[in-house]
Amino acid sequence: MSALLQVEGLAKHYPVKHGVLDRAQGVVRAVDGVSFAIARGETLALVGESGCGKSTTARLVLRLIEPTAGTIRFDGVEVSGAAELRALRRRVQVVFQDPYASLNPRLRVGEAIAEPMEVHGIGDARSRADRVKELLGLVGLAPFHAQRYPHEFSGGQRQRIGIARALAVQPELVVCDEPVSALDVSIQAQVVNLLKDLQGRFGLSYLFIAHDLAVVRHMADRVAVMYLGQIVETGPKRTLFANPRHPYTRALLAAIPHPDPRRRGRVQHLGGDVPSPMNPPPGCRFHTRCPYAQAICREQAPPLREVAPGQASACHFAEDLPRFDAAVGEGIAPRAAERLALYAAAKARRAG
Amino acid sequence: MRDNAPLLRIEGLRTVFRSSVGEIAAVDGVDLDVPRGRTLGIVGESGCGKSMLSLSVMRLVPPPGRVAQGRVLLEGQDLLRLSAGAMRQVRGGKVAMIFQEPMTSLNPVHSVGAQITEAMRAHDKSASGAELRDRAIEALKRVRIPSPESRFDDYPHQLSGGMRQRVMIAMALACRPQLLIADEPTTALDVTVQAQILDLLRELQDETGMSIILITHDLGVIAEMADEVAVMYAGKVVERATAAELFASPQHPYTLGLLGSIPRLDEDRERLLAIEGAVPPPFALPKGCRFHPRCPFAIEACTRAQPALEPVADGHLAACIRAPVEQSAELAA
Repeated sequence: MSALLQVEGLAKHYPVKHGVLDRAQGVVRAVDGVSFAIARGETLALVGESGCGKSTTARLVLRLIEPTAGTIRFDGVEVSGAAELRALRRRVQVVFQDPYASLNPRLRVGEAIAEPMEVHGIGDARSRADRVKELLGLVGLAPFHAQRYPHEFSGGQRQRIGIARALAVQPELVVCDEPVSALDVSIQAQVVNLLKDLQGRFGLSYLFIAHDLAVVRHMADRVAVMYLGQIVETGPKRTLFANPRHPYTRALLAAIPHPDPRRRGRVQHLGGDVPSPMNPPPGCRFHTRCPYAQAICREQAPPLREVAPGQASACHFAEDLPRFDAAVGEGIAPRAAERLALYAAAKARRAG
Repeated sequence: MRDNAPLLRIEGLRTVFRSSVGEIAAVDGVDLDVPRGRTLGIVGESGCGKSMLSLSVMRLVPPPGRVAQGRVLLEGQDLLRLSAGAMRQVRGGKVAMIFQEPMTSLNPVHSVGAQITEAMRAHDKSASGAELRDRAIEALKRVRIPSPESRFDDYPHQLSGGMRQRVMIAMALACRPQLLIADEPTTALDVTVQAQILDLLRELQDETGMSIILITHDLGVIAEMADEVAVMYAGKVVERATAAELFASPQHPYTLGLLGSIPRLDEDRERLLAIEGAVPPPFALPKGCRFHPRCPFAIEACTRAQPALEPVADGHLAACIRAPVEQSAELAA
C-alpha cells in the first residue's frame, strides 16, 4: 500500500526568548518526532488534549510553518522546494475549527468558495460560478446562498461553506482541524455525516484532528493519540477502541460523557493538566498523571513499539494494563434504543 | 414541608424582543422548578432559548429584550419584582452564574485574586483587605487549584482553560450562593478537563448543598450531572422528567434526535442519527408544533395545533401528540 502522505520524524521546536538581548531561554518542543502515514481514501485521526501538538502537526503537514526536523512526502515526492509546495497547496486543503473566524466577513460566500480556484488559475469566471453552485449543492446548501455573507449563516452552515471551499480545487487530502468541536452535538452529527459522504464520493483522505474520541470513532480508520508532542498510541480504530494499550488513551475514553445516568460516578477521571512542553517530565512524559506509573516510568522514556498487529503503544506496561471497560457502561436503555430505532426508520422513510 | 418546596420556581416566563417584524418571544411560556440541593439540566441546541431563560432569571436580558410575563420565585420571592438594588445583591449573592468562555468573562488586566476579592467586596463592604485575600485563597483552594497562594497574583492568560473555569467557579461561589447557574460551563474545554470540572461541580454541590441549573447542548453532560431535565426547543420546554426517567424512556422526537446525535463508544454505527435542519429563529416559527418541519414522525395534525406539555408517565411531561412513538398506529403496522 503506497501512502498518499508519509510523515517521518516530524518536529517543531520554538525557541523561548526573554529579555532585551533576546537570549534563548529554552525550547518548546511542540511536536517532537512524529511519524505516520495516510493511505488514499483513508482517515487518520490525531487525538489529544489542547497543547499536545496535534494542531501544530496539522500546520506542518500543510507547510504553513516550517518543520525543525523531519520529512513530509506527498504522493511519493518529498515536499521541499517551491514547485512541490505549489502542487501541495492545491492537492491538500484544510477545514478549520472555527467557522466564524475562518471566513472573510466581507466576501460573499460564492466569492470565498471561488477564491481557491482563482488562486490556482482553474477555469474562468463563468465555470467557477457553476462550480460554486455545484459545491454548495454537495454540502447541502442552495445556489442562492452564494450571494450571502458569512454572518447570515449558522455555525453548522458556515462549516459547510468551509468544506465547500476546501473541496473547490479537488484536493486529495483534507486536513480537518477540529472541524466539529465548536458545534452543537446535533450539528456535529450532520457535519460528520457530510464529511463521510464526501469521502465516499471523491475518495478523499482525511487527517482528522480532534480532542473527542467519540467523534473519532465515527470518522477514523486509524487513530494516533498524541501527548506532549509525541504519539503515545496508534492503531486501527477497532483494535484501539476495543483494547487501548496506553493509560492516556484510556483516560481520554473514560472522560467522554455518556448518555447513561446509571454510569455516573463510577469512572475515575484523569487529574491535572498537560505539563508545559517547555519542560516535559523526564522518562515517560505521561507519568505525572498516570495511575499505573512505576519507578521505571520516571526514568526511562518508553519507545513506541508494536503491541498487537498494527497497534503500537509507548507504555512500559502496555501488556500488563488491567482489562478496560470504563468507557462502555450499560449502554443505552432498551426502551430508548427501541425508540431510536423507530426514529431512524422514520427518518429513512422521509428521506425516501 | 418547607424543604420539599423548590428553591426556585419559574412560572409562565415569557421573554420578548421588539423588532421590525413585531414582538418576538425567545422564551415562550416556560414553567420549571429547581429542587433544593439538586441539579436541573436544561438541554437544547443553540438558539432554543436556554441561555435567554437563564439571563431572564438573573434579569440580565440585553435590551431591546425584556421579560414580558411570568414569575421567578426564589424561596417564594419574585425576583422580577425586586428593585434594581435588591436584585444586584441577589446576583452573586444568592444566585451566581458561570459562562461558557472563561477567557472572555475574566478581566485580562486584573489578577485573578483581585477579581475574586472584588466580587466579595461587592457583597461585604466591611471586610478588610487581608481578610478578603484569605477568603479568596480559601475559595481557590475549594475549587482544587494547586498552590492557591501563588495563583492569587496570576493573570487569566497565565492559566489553562480548565484553571480559568475553576477561577470562575471560585468567584461564583465566593458568597456561598444557593443557586448556581452554569451556562455551557464545559463546552470550550477538552473532554478530560470537562470531566474534571463536572466532578468538581458535583463535589461542591455535595459540600454546600447548593442547587445548580446546568445549561448544555450535550445530553451526555446532562446524564453525568442532572437530577431533573428540561428539554427546550424554540423557546418552549418540550419534555420534562427526572434524568433516570428521561434516559430510560425518552418521549419527544426532539429528545430522541439529540440522543441519536451523540457519537457513542458502545456501538458501531456508520452514520450518526443527526437532526436535519436547524432551530427556526424566533421570528419565523413554524405553525403548529415548532419541531414538526424537522420531525420524522410529523403528521398533518402536527402542523395545525401546538401540542401542550402533558403527563405521559408519572412525573414525566412531553409536548408531542405522537408520543410514545411506538404506539402510533402506522409505525406499529
